[in-house]
Amino acid sequence: MNIWLIMLAGGLITFGMRFSLIFLFGRFEIPETMRRALHYVPPAVLSAIIFPELLLRDGSLFIDVSNTRLIAGLIAIVTAWFSRSTLVTILVGMVALVLLQWL
Amino acid sequence: MNEARSEFWKGVRAELPILVGVFPFGMIYGALALGAGLSTFASQVMSSIVFAGSAQFVTAQLVHDAAPGFVIILTIAVVNLRHMLYSASLAPYLKNLSLKWKVLLSYLLTDEAYAPSILKYEAEALTPFSHWFLLGAGLALWTIWQISTAIGVFLGGEIPSSLPLDFALPLTFIAMVVPVLKKTPMVAAALSAGVTALLAYALPFKLGLILAAFVGIVVGTFLEGRNSKGGVL
Repeated sequence: MNIWLIMLAGGLITFGMRFSLIFLFGRFEIPETMRRALHYVPPAVLSAIIFPELLLRDGSLFIDVSNTRLIAGLIAIVTAWFSRSTLVTILVGMVALVLLQWL
Repeated sequence: MNEARSEFWKGVRAELPILVGVFPFGMIYGALALGAGLSTFASQVMSSIVFAGSAQFVTAQLVHDAAPGFVIILTIAVVNLRHMLYSASLAPYLKNLSLKWKVLLSYLLTDEAYAPSILKYEAEALTPFSHWFLLGAGLALWTIWQISTAIGVFLGGEIPSSLPLDFALPLTFIAMVVPVLKKTPMVAAALSAGVTALLAYALPFKLGLILAAFVGIVVGTFLEGRNSKGGVL
């Protein structure tokens, strides 16, 4: 699909969700279960992207010390835990990957 | 009108400390979107059409992975679902505004504009000018997001192609996920989603991603419900 169509649809949906209850005020309440479920959207979606990036190569499991992306990713996870900084995590992870590939 | 202006600038000022964190984030987005294969123009325009940081990062990643359009759109919808909560939470304070104002403020309703605005609205009595605060906070963020994206897109073109830049996107996601992994349900949501994504990787159209997200959300919600009230879901 065309990237412009994707962005347009994604933008309209995003706007629709932001506008939804401001527009429908009082006529619709978000159920408690959904309210709770929304907290788990970011870790679920992002982990679903991260795991295959680190653990798969060409679609099959690749758990080995020669998997540079896995090692660099683990270093980044530790870095993220202690630094809590996006910028520091990206820098450390990138440097780790470049060094590992070069070794 | 003076009171409106004063509320507007209060909103801008409340947003300033947040912008310090947003600026590098916008730059990273700009550089990575370009690295993921989006054109300069598309990378920039996404920041005003979608105008939602994490959804834009995820879109860049999925474009890079050549995921089909409907999966990308579905993912944007899931990632941005939380905005319905903000919409519900601000609705009582905006109910007397004209439709034009509601549309404009909804467009500007991001995590970063919501946070200072709801704090203010809950703490202070509503006045006929309160909405100018949200406008100030929202417009400040919007402006900085566009500028930082532009700088990122500009610098992204200068990064040598020998760098494995595509790895910076998963790294960004790691930086977003790891700090929230404080309680068991969060950790379980992340792990179950990750493992499902591995198992379902072979599904067509990258549908494994949607399935994995769904599994993670259900697992987290279920565990939290069991821990807190003893109720099922």
